[in-house]
Amino acid sequence: MSNSDAIPEFGKTSAGSGEVGVANMSALTAGPGINSFRDVAIIVAVAVVVIGSVEVLLNIFAVPQYVLPKPSEIAVALYTDFGFIAPHLGHTLIELFSGFGIGAVIGLILAAVITQFPFAEKIITPYILLLVTTPMLALVPLLILRFGFGYEPRIIAVALASGPMVMINAATGFRRVDSGKIALARSYGASTLQIFWKVRAPMALPMIFVGLMVGSIFGLLTAVGAEMVGGGFGLGNRLTSYSSMIQMPQFFAVVMILSTLGILIYVLFFLLGKKFASWEA
Amino acid sequence: MNAMGSLEPKLRVKAATKVYQTGSGDLLALDRCSLDIQAGEILTVVGPSGSGKTTLLWAMSGLHGLTSGEVVLDGKTIKGPNSQIGMVFQEANLLPWRNVDANIRFPFEIKGEKPDEAWIASLMHRVGLDGFGRKMPRELSGGMQQRVALVRALSFKPSVLLMDEPFGALDAFTREEMNHLVEEIYLDTRTTIVLITHSIEEAIFLGDRIVVMSARPGRIAHIHDVPFARPRSMDIMSTREVFDLTNTIKREIVGDQQSKARIAQRPAAAATPGN
Ligand SMILES: Nc1ncnc2c1ncn2[C@@H]1O[C@H](COP(=O)(O)OP(=O)(O)OP(=O)(O)O)[C@@H](O)[C@H]1O
Ligand SMILES: [Mg+2]
Repeated sequence: MSNSDAIPEFGKTSAGSGEVGVANMSALTAGPGINSFRDVAIIVAVAVVVIGSVEVLLNIFAVPQYVLPKPSEIAVALYTDFGFIAPHLGHTLIELFSGFGIGAVIGLILAAVITQFPFAEKIITPYILLLVTTPMLALVPLLILRFGFGYEPRIIAVALASGPMVMINAATGFRRVDSGKIALARSYGASTLQIFWKVRAPMALPMIFVGLMVGSIFGLLTAVGAEMVGGGFGLGNRLTSYSSMIQMPQFFAVVMILSTLGILIYVLFFLLGKKFASWEA
Repeated sequence: MNAMGSLEPKLRVKAATKVYQTGSGDLLALDRCSLDIQAGEILTVVGPSGSGKTTLLWAMSGLHGLTSGEVVLDGKTIKGPNSQIGMVFQEANLLPWRNVDANIRFPFEIKGEKPDEAWIASLMHRVGLDGFGRKMPRELSGGMQQRVALVRALSFKPSVLLMDEPFGALDAFTREEMNHLVEEIYLDTRTTIVLITHSIEEAIFLGDRIVVMSARPGRIAHIHDVPFARPRSMDIMSTREVFDLTNTIKREIVGDQQSKARIAQRPAAAATPGN
């Protein structure tokens, strides 16, 4: 393809870029933006109504606690047992942060390097896809055999689950840069490194945030799953232990903590995306 | 070699030849093109699609090399991108995450130089972009984006401006406006300009000389002088001279394509009886 042919393609790539990747960045940054106090108030009101109705219905039908505890019982358990659950939350966070940190850094570096070499990229991509699609939880029993019941197998599993997610989305982002912008930067004498930092990286930023978000959620799932497989600590361990002891209010209290964690991760990357990638919308 | 430096051309293309290695063999895109471009002239280039216009321009800019031959700027062979040269592409190529001001300062960031704010402000005023500095590219029309690209290319005061179908994506009215703008800026700065276009009208209106390229392999087929004084008005476009020149150039381009097509068909026809 000629250089001149490549230049007009920019319009197409930029228009189509919204479809690229696992999730759409515009869903992250623009979306139905929650921006007014009224929106928040309505969302909270809906939550109050739903939780209230569940409470009332469970009372009316006298559902036993071991089937489904009442929201009020969950709240009480959350309050009274939080001191006991908190250290486990800490363990899960340590696994998540270190595993995701390692995975994301390796994923980002790999994506940045590999997209500079189209041939290498072609060869490696199927293997990355394999890593993305294989549930890394499957490796946890093996990792436990090798590393024991400490942090290591979990951190490795989290890194293996989140890294490829970050990498594949970031690579999509780095690849989005059209030859026209590269030619522009080169015409000012830009070095490969300058082109990377001033053109490729900013262009990839929206997709990088998508990768970080999806990757960290995957990491959370894997951390909790790994804790359920073995080892005496972490929120996943609490889930297995509370359910085996039929302590359903405590069980659901842990589920609540996990949902909150997931939502906080989402909001974090939503806000980061809004701050650094709003030009995309 | 010349005692009087002023006689030396600003830009000299010497037997420029470019072969692209493609999957289906070598492709001769430029074949021994030679051309002298004088300081302070506007040279426009027309030719059929694939005649190597962009290839020639990129070689002038130092964006890619030639297979043989060379391009000489102010007596020095061009080996890579050069601060004396500003480029405008068909797409405005604005960086979408930067506002207008930041886009215009992009070249300075790359070069590690301080922008001349007064000069940039005067350029912004000249192209009618006063007060648009904080706008994001997506908030601008195609014509405005191309104006920003023009300011960006001129911001570091290049002595040569290379433009590759800069207004090809614009509507006829905006295009006409941009043509006037280029001439105004040219009269202000006397920048040497090489402009590729698909519009013969644009080539005539802006050019001091028009280069007609021939289809593959790209060669310089004809060079025409355009003898109108500047500033030009659109009225010249309805003169007999322009009418004749337009027709001549059209015939040169279309005739060239047709004869090339005939040559391409002949071996295939000859091969049929042999089978
Ligand atoms: N990077 C490349 N690799 C292989 N072939 C190329 C490359 N760039 C251009 N060509 C070929 O070289 C020839 C000249 O291309 P070029 O882009 O210079 O033509 P052009 O006159 O600018 O055409 P257009 O008017 O369509 O822009 C074309 O046949 C094109 O296919
Ligand atoms: Mg071209």
